[in-house]
Amino acid sequence: MTNHWIDLKNSDCILIMGSNAAENHPISFKWVTKAQEQGATLIHVDPRFTRTSAKANMYAGIRSGADIAVLGGMIKYILDNDLIFKEYVVDYTNASFIIGDNYTFEDGIFAGFDPATKTYDKSKWAFALDENGVPKKDTTLKDPKCVYQMLKKHYERYSLDKVVAISGMKHDDLVKLYETYAATGTRDKAGTIMYAMGWTQHTVGVQNIRSMAMIQLLLGNIGVAGGGVNALRGESNVQGSTDHCLLYHILPGYLSTPKAAQPTFEKYNTDNTPVSHDPMSANWWQNFPKYSASLLKAMWMDDDPAVSYNYLPRLDSGSAAEYSWLTLFDKMDKGQFKGLFAWGMNPACSGANANKNRQALGKLDWLVNVNIFPNETGWFWEGPDMDPSKIKTEVFFLPCAVSIEKEGSVSNSGRWMQWRYKGPDAPHGFKPDGDLMYELMHKIQKLYTAEGGVYPEPITRLSWDTIATNGVFDPHKTAKLINGYFLKDTEIKGKVYKKGEQVPSFAFLQADGSTCSGNWLYCNSYTEKGNMAARRSLAQTPEQEKIGLFPNFSWCWPVNRRILYNRASVDLQGKPWNPEKPVIAWEGPDKKWVGDVPDGGWAPGSKHAFIMRKHGFGQLYGPGRNDGPLPEYYEPLECPVKTHPFSGTLHNPTALSYINEDKAVCDPRYPFVGTTYRVTEHWQTGVMTRNEPWLLEAEPQVFVEMSEELAELRGFENGEKVIVESLRGAIWAKAIVTKRIKPFEIQGTVVHQIGLPWHFGWSWPKDGGDSANILTPSVGDPNTGIPETKAFMVNVRKA
Amino acid sequence: MHTNRRNFLKLSATAAVATAFGGLGLGCTPKADIVDRAAAMDPKWSKQTTTICCYCAVGCGLVVNTSLKTNRAINVEGDPDHPINEGALCAKGASIWQLAENDRRPDSVLYRAPYSNKFTKVSLEWALDKIARNVKQTRDEGFTRINAKGQTVNRVDNIASLGSAALDNEECWAFQTMLRSLGLVYIEHQARI
Repeated sequence: MTNHWIDLKNSDCILIMGSNAAENHPISFKWVTKAQEQGATLIHVDPRFTRTSAKANMYAGIRSGADIAVLGGMIKYILDNDLIFKEYVVDYTNASFIIGDNYTFEDGIFAGFDPATKTYDKSKWAFALDENGVPKKDTTLKDPKCVYQMLKKHYERYSLDKVVAISGMKHDDLVKLYETYAATGTRDKAGTIMYAMGWTQHTVGVQNIRSMAMIQLLLGNIGVAGGGVNALRGESNVQGSTDHCLLYHILPGYLSTPKAAQPTFEKYNTDNTPVSHDPMSANWWQNFPKYSASLLKAMWMDDDPAVSYNYLPRLDSGSAAEYSWLTLFDKMDKGQFKGLFAWGMNPACSGANANKNRQALGKLDWLVNVNIFPNETGWFWEGPDMDPSKIKTEVFFLPCAVSIEKEGSVSNSGRWMQWRYKGPDAPHGFKPDGDLMYELMHKIQKLYTAEGGVYPEPITRLSWDTIATNGVFDPHKTAKLINGYFLKDTEIKGKVYKKGEQVPSFAFLQADGSTCSGNWLYCNSYTEKGNMAARRSLAQTPEQEKIGLFPNFSWCWPVNRRILYNRASVDLQGKPWNPEKPVIAWEGPDKKWVGDVPDGGWAPGSKHAFIMRKHGFGQLYGPGRNDGPLPEYYEPLECPVKTHPFSGTLHNPTALSYINEDKAVCDPRYPFVGTTYRVTEHWQTGVMTRNEPWLLEAEPQVFVEMSEELAELRGFENGEKVIVESLRGAIWAKAIVTKRIKPFEIQGTVVHQIGLPWHFGWSWPKDGGDSANILTPSVGDPNTGIPETKAFMVNVRKA
Repeated sequence: MHTNRRNFLKLSATAAVATAFGGLGLGCTPKADIVDRAAAMDPKWSKQTTTICCYCAVGCGLVVNTSLKTNRAINVEGDPDHPINEGALCAKGASIWQLAENDRRPDSVLYRAPYSNKFTKVSLEWALDKIARNVKQTRDEGFTRINAKGQTVNRVDNIASLGSAALDNEECWAFQTMLRSLGLVYIEHQARI
């Protein structure tokens, strides 16, 4: 989230699209409701009428996967009716930038496409630069090659009729949605978006979110209270686990993983450090070498970063098609991996195409499964259609402490890092995960020290004891290391920081190895003042209280800034667009920033607002993505239509897929659109919640929701057990026949949609059913590799 | 005798049973080992700690009540001082006590040998030793020093890791450090899917 949960109350219009927040993030609704009580309008766009819809002022149905049609249409509506917040758009976005001559767009394909590799040469999309290497601009927005005019041109195809025809949304609903949301494009109004996996789990997931980010920029809604782009993250620490980068493509603090073509630390830093020739651009990532050196020192404290850089493994490329989840399982199925850690995860149920994944687990030599309860991953060898006598995989199941039985921090969706204290002891002497990994790595280190082995230095030289006290994992010591400390006496701006002193904030990190910091984003979280995440003060200044900032409760990255991009909440003089709900303001006799921690302390107007961007502007046109600089409509890789109204290119041409796996496109065997979702009483694959009797009693079995029309078509009774099947597999589910799902009219044809929760698994409870991911396809977004589990094709039939 | 609601209910139940079955000689008395958790929540016998919900990422605050006698959780409820949830919880958050106090938690580390049809109980020490040995053997056998293009890559292509957003920040950092020092590049977790 750019903003945070409490800030939702500051909004004038809340759009929930790609999320069912009332059921999946129930406490968020405390703040949504507060906004409504103060006059805000709540809009819910979803394939299904849910409890979120029931609380909304307006609900509009949409076929799963048609979001970019609706959002592209909204961009057109805003531009056609000149509803943009012009001052914001000109001063803070790249609307005025001139696009270079190589950019083209024809029939759904951007310039630079190579059909053989399904990739683009992104250099074709570059901005035109002046003689100093700064993007050329036309602040009148009249140049036909400026981003603003190019947007108009790109989205002129997204007419109301076309959007209605492909999305299935009713015409009147669509117009009302556009009118209501676009009304937030004034200086005193804020609109916000709450989205979740309903937007990300698509082959156009990144572009779904970019479309909305563009709308937010056009309406001046980013950086302000009650605005922003807000991903409702679904796990208590999925924000933190992402920040610490348990992902193939990034190292802690979103530093790119080293590549084979970066043989030296210097080359790695140069490749990752953007250069701006505009003195007004803060270009914050110019500090990259300080963060990378501090990370290396946190891992290998006794080595020079130029040496320890060689201890990090290098990838051949950053491609999701090479290393991300779906390919990982594809390679596992082909026998590439001998060992797997499934640590705090149940991939046998959580990943798309679950039957393939379960089969792949049988190709491993060994599997380490750390979890609280028995689950479908650790027990895969005795699952459906498995013959244990033919499965070689050695399995280790390590039980661990639960959250209330250990100490440490988690980061919520609003980036609040919150400390948890240990309550009870874990039963049977079970240990926290941190203890288990500390002890395991300690043993591996000892083996390499005693026996040697292949390239042992990264292991033997690892500063592993920096995270332990007397041989036991120490979360405080680890948190201090993540913040970072000085490794020698260091003078910065006339002040000497002693060796061992905590680094006050990332502005003090050094590129020469004199500081360590496990994650620069968390530098400022555990300082000489103590553990900032453990703070519980509700104190606020009157300005802060106006918007419920709570800066003294817990801690928030970066540097306790509660609302990101907040320099865009004020004009070039530092005056808030909306003085009633100021995030920051430049005021007082000595002229200083008050309110939130500003996005850089410079005087207003002296630096461009979007300091993390090389050029300093919000990116309406984004030439960095793999599938195009502007969001474009494509159908899901499994879909009920042969054509769509926007171009002759049916699918995202760069989408991640595997050629030997068929997809159902207008396949009469699989005529219905399927989607998956969650219920309040269960969580993810259900391993934790299926084992809690209170919750299981409330939601005991897998079900499939369908319209009355579809039930009649198939002759189903409400409550009947039916089979849901796709090209990949079949599961049984109890039919819920409901008015909350309606058939859509898509290009003149009736299209039915069904939906089912993915919380169940064969292992427990006995008659609970199995995972909905048995149905979902191994196809994914070309930028992130996230699987398209929210729109796929199925059949339903009598059991 | 300290009378509270539970004791009152127990007494009433005993009275009812005595009335109903008094003449039948069944000897119906309340189970002696029933734990009086409400009484155990007396701060004299318990400690209170704050925590954050382990489910979705709203980050609701909770107060955990732990018995000083058994060191097990007595009660978990919403933290009324937490500015986000102000004491409120959803059904999942309100059930966290049952996550800890749960008979379905296995009571031991388990090991399944190749081609076996069962898990056997093993010690943590034994399991960690064997896992460490597996990691070393697999890594040493399959380590990739040079890629197909002849570039130095120093990585492990035959071990993968999945997980986890269920770990604390400090554990996430430690885990990535462990995996990357081993040379793993196939590192993924919930955030990808």
